[in-house]
Amino acid sequence: MTDTPLPATGRHVPDRLNSRAHRVLRSWEALLLTVAIAIFIANSLASPYFLDAWNLSDATFNFTEKAMIAFAMALLIISGEIDLSVASIIALASTMMGLAAQYGAGTIELVAIGLVVGLLCGAFNAVFVTVLGLPSIVVTIGTMSLFRGVSYIILGDEAFRGYPDSFSWFGQGYVYWVFTVEMVLFALIAVIYGVVLHKTNFGRAVYAIGNNPTGALFSGIRVQRVKFILFLLTGLMSGVAAVCLTSRLGSTRPSIASGMELEVVTMVVLGGVNILGGSGSIPGVVIAAFVMGLVTFGLGLLNVPGIVMSIVIGLLLIGVIALPRLAAMALNRRKAS
Amino acid sequence: MNILTKALTTAAMAAALFAAPANAADDVRIALVVKALGIGFFEAAAKGAEEAAEELGNVEIIYTGPTDTTAEGQIEVINSLIAQRVDAIAISSNDTDALVPALKRAMQRGITVISWDSGVAPEGRQLHLNPSSNALIGNMIVKLAADHLPDGGDVALLSATTTSTNQNIWMEEMNKVLGDYPGINVVATVYGDDLADKSYREATGLMQSYPDLDAIIAPTSVGIVAAAQAVVDAGKVGQVNVTGLGLPSEMAGAIESGASKSFAIWNPIDLGYSATMLAYELSQNGIEAEEGAEIPMGRMGTLTLDDKNEGAMADPFIYDASNIDDFKSVF
Repeated sequence: MTDTPLPATGRHVPDRLNSRAHRVLRSWEALLLTVAIAIFIANSLASPYFLDAWNLSDATFNFTEKAMIAFAMALLIISGEIDLSVASIIALASTMMGLAAQYGAGTIELVAIGLVVGLLCGAFNAVFVTVLGLPSIVVTIGTMSLFRGVSYIILGDEAFRGYPDSFSWFGQGYVYWVFTVEMVLFALIAVIYGVVLHKTNFGRAVYAIGNNPTGALFSGIRVQRVKFILFLLTGLMSGVAAVCLTSRLGSTRPSIASGMELEVVTMVVLGGVNILGGSGSIPGVVIAAFVMGLVTFGLGLLNVPGIVMSIVIGLLLIGVIALPRLAAMALNRRKAS
Repeated sequence: MNILTKALTTAAMAAALFAAPANAADDVRIALVVKALGIGFFEAAAKGAEEAAEELGNVEIIYTGPTDTTAEGQIEVINSLIAQRVDAIAISSNDTDALVPALKRAMQRGITVISWDSGVAPEGRQLHLNPSSNALIGNMIVKLAADHLPDGGDVALLSATTTSTNQNIWMEEMNKVLGDYPGINVVATVYGDDLADKSYREATGLMQSYPDLDAIIAPTSVGIVAAAQAVVDAGKVGQVNVTGLGLPSEMAGAIESGASKSFAIWNPIDLGYSATMLAYELSQNGIEAEEGAEIPMGRMGTLTLDDKNEGAMADPFIYDASNIDDFKSVF
């Protein structure tokens, strides 16, 4: 098959670079989707327990909370920044909710506290990055220890329990049949972020900043303000995830959600977001969330040890990223010869 | 198209990776869920579980756990076990409370749930298997010293901190049964704060203050190692016997040098064995876990449940020169 340019003749001829980027982007999601479907089929063949509505519903808990943060993180990474403190924000937000629950706070207050703590943590990161101009990776490695450290100081080796019964709705409730509250939240947040990134000026600004911050600044985009908002959003989403996770566990320990930040970043990168910023899409992250959830659940059903699971996720990540690059190289070589 | 073909090949390879032999359908499947995989203590427990499975005949053991000791990781494991409709889950938990909702769901779906080693709150399991009880430990620590002092003698206690709950309860229990060991004199109790250097100094101090001391009992894994070292350094091997609760891996040297003739701790193999037996009895033989119930657990005798549906497996297991080599690489 020779690589002939698309016959877009007659009408307006698109910029070649753009059309190419567009094609790569499209093939990425197609590729991911293929992988997701393949994993789904493999799982159904490998385990008789996989194709069961309730089991699949349970399996979504493997990724819904992480994915909520991943959407905000995707925007942040596209803009060229990163937030490694998200898991620690969950710990701090959960601890504050637990503290409030000890004083008899109701469900609505608890949710509000979770979200506000998330926002405040996001703002804290944002000030250091956008006002003081420090690199986000350094700032958030610092706050990663800081936020969780506060939780450890408050809780030590104790645990907060005694959340009101109605609070368990977020992490254990069902909206309809097998559809959990978390699933609905996940879908809702995915749509909102999809619209924001792909259909608004704000979304265009995020891409512009990621591709060329200086250029974006000279084009009249308020770079620091956009970044500030992105950190706030990531904090807020960590707060939402904290509400869900705390509700699901029914208790808080300072070690809650430990290590989750790397899984979130993995999800984003697997979703096709360029870790250096500038490109990526929300549908990609959605598919990546399903891929990761399906792989861990499928391997779990076969009782594959967790260590092997992380190896598989790692290989998947490297494989999916390397594949288009390899394909492009092969294509180029053929064209050259 | 090229990319798609390649993707499909990868997917096929992934599928091959997933494929695994199907379970024999009529086996009783008991899942032994541990805090994290790759820990010697739990590997040994799995060995015990396999032993029980062999004895029972139609049991398949699913030995599993997360990579890190997190509650979230264990919940993912529990979810996949619920999905597989295993017959029983026996878990050593990473979090007393956080696992309760997931385990409750398992029980609602007809799965027997017990906890062992590290417990789950009562509403999240049917029973909890403690490796031992405070009374049994209290008795064991003085028995260990008395066994090597047939004519009686002076012993001293080297504990952790003055506020260490476990150690205080054990010493209290020990005092209750001291009358059963005539001739054993407790001359002093010192506190090494579970710090190696402080424990070492306190043990050295004991030997100086009581030149006729026959044994040091340290019911703490830090203290016992430090005390053994102090005895070696003081040249009192053979005169002062160090005993108490310790880990085989850390105590192998002390046993070898003779500073410690024997010590005790739970035996993880017995623990995994008993947990499997209990899970089997509950799920297959219709035994109810309730206060006062006596549940058989094979070669380990029976487990008697208290008002919180907890029971103690056995005396702590004694380690000495005859078996230390088998266990020092385990935990």
